Amino acid sequence: MTPSQQVDGLLARTLREESGLLVARLARQFHDFDLAEEAVQTAVTEALEAWRRDGPPNNPAAWLSTAARHNALDLVRRRSRQTALAMRLAPTPEPVEATYDAPDGPTDRGSTDDRLALLFACCHPALAPEARLALTLRAVVGMTTPQIARAFLVNERTLAQRIVRAKRKIVTTGIALSVPADEVLAERLADVLAVVALMYNEGFVSSDGGTQDRDLAGDAVWLAGVVATSLPREAEAWGLAALLTFQHARAAARFSDAGDLVLLPDQDRSRWDQAAIATGEQMLERAAALHSPGPFQLRAAIAACHATSPSWAETDWLQIVTLFEVLTRYDPSPVVRLNRAVAMSQIGHHEVEPSLDAVDQLADRLDGYHLFHATRAELLTRLGRDDEAAAANARALALTTNEAERRLLTTRLHRRPLEDGS
Amino acid sequence: MKYVLMFTSRPDLNASVDPELGQAVYKKVYEWFQENGDKFADSGAELLGVETATTIKHGDDGPVVVDGPFNEAKEVVGGFSVIDVPDMDAAVALVKTWPHLELPGVAVEIRPMVEDYSQFA
Repeated sequence: MTPSQQVDGLLARTLREESGLLVARLARQFHDFDLAEEAVQTAVTEALEAWRRDGPPNNPAAWLSTAARHNALDLVRRRSRQTALAMRLAPTPEPVEATYDAPDGPTDRGSTDDRLALLFACCHPALAPEARLALTLRAVVGMTTPQIARAFLVNERTLAQRIVRAKRKIVTTGIALSVPADEVLAERLADVLAVVALMYNEGFVSSDGGTQDRDLAGDAVWLAGVVATSLPREAEAWGLAALLTFQHARAAARFSDAGDLVLLPDQDRSRWDQAAIATGEQMLERAAALHSPGPFQLRAAIAACHATSPSWAETDWLQIVTLFEVLTRYDPSPVVRLNRAVAMSQIGHHEVEPSLDAVDQLADRLDGYHLFHATRAELLTRLGRDDEAAAANARALALTTNEAERRLLTTRLHRRPLEDGS
Repeated sequence: MKYVLMFTSRPDLNASVDPELGQAVYKKVYEWFQENGDKFADSGAELLGVETATTIKHGDDGPVVVDGPFNEAKEVVGGFSVIDVPDMDAAVALVKTWPHLELPGVAVEIRPMVEDYSQFA
């Protein structure tokens, strides 16, 4: 790790830890979410520049807080006379100068709630789905617009427009910066968890497979943990936190040194993060103790089966098939049924053919999905139908846009049944 | 905050609705307004059918009067109300209980009202 990567790592951790809290706090003090978000975003950009140039300050959190507050006051001064007048009626903000030795206390209970409230607003169902994740990344996690644009391969100007529109809608339509009332909490939480899950997915394999200066997947694991610890009675929040923790525990084994994608059966399990797996199991136990099952908990339980198995062959496939069966009740989507068929085929060779039949029934809906064809190829290979397998692999290859996945499939085309370990 | 609710429906789907269900829903509407009376700044109005609509449009030689609604959409506005509730969540929660939502093609648009004219100053 180079010194500049170390600075980037510290920077990224500080930004994700502090940005959301700062936005929430300034929004409350200035009664203006838009202004608060803008002030923090500018401070983040300033921090990225200054810290890379001069090295990180003694107290990065206080540095960021001071910069953001300066920016906020600056913005207020630049706004219209009426707004300035209204501000004078608002409670006096805290003193602008934060000392470098005595920072604002980090995450006490009150401030964690602030961040949660902000997250709920950014994931509000009245906002366009594609804007929710972008706004969450900027306002809650402290990513800059260019970073987000790079991560999602979208045009920076389009993305900025989308964020501005979403922020304006929060302000003008009266979307409250508060944790929703009990009657609607479950429903609103589902929207929040969906955004966090999407964030992990996008970070896990970004659609160009390129490296990024923010660890999106790591940030998603962190955010899922924040949500679960802030809402400790919500089983699905723990379920998602557990799921992402298990998935992320395998991160080091997911790519070879050459950058090639390595699938679960072939992963070097000694590279899995055992401490993270233990954390995942604790989270899953917390979820189970709440006796309120749901799809994220089921997915986490499936991930736990894999994470705690000594090898692919020794995996408890019967348990996994059962879990998938229950999961289809919550989520009957073809992708879930595809995964269930894959698990089925692992129970024994006599199950391969019925599994292939089950997969083929999904053809109508999954024809454009590369993993559908990759799965068919795998099953056909195991049945010795090599020509059909090669055709399915070619289809899969044509459909993938990710460089690492493309390379994986290219090697598969030349793989021999006896050598592939399946 | 004040929001205008625009109640819309799809008249082309009316024929498919079981008349008894339609009747039952209509009865619930009265109760709905009673129950939520404290949330209305203006209970608004129910409108006659879209076949009664007349639209005045911009024209190069001055306003033009035409028969029909302002757009060609299948959805038509059937009424409006003004509510005054603390925030968007409260508005959404109220609208979700609108009895007509049991019927296919029904939709309610929520639009915040401009209350602070200083933003245009």
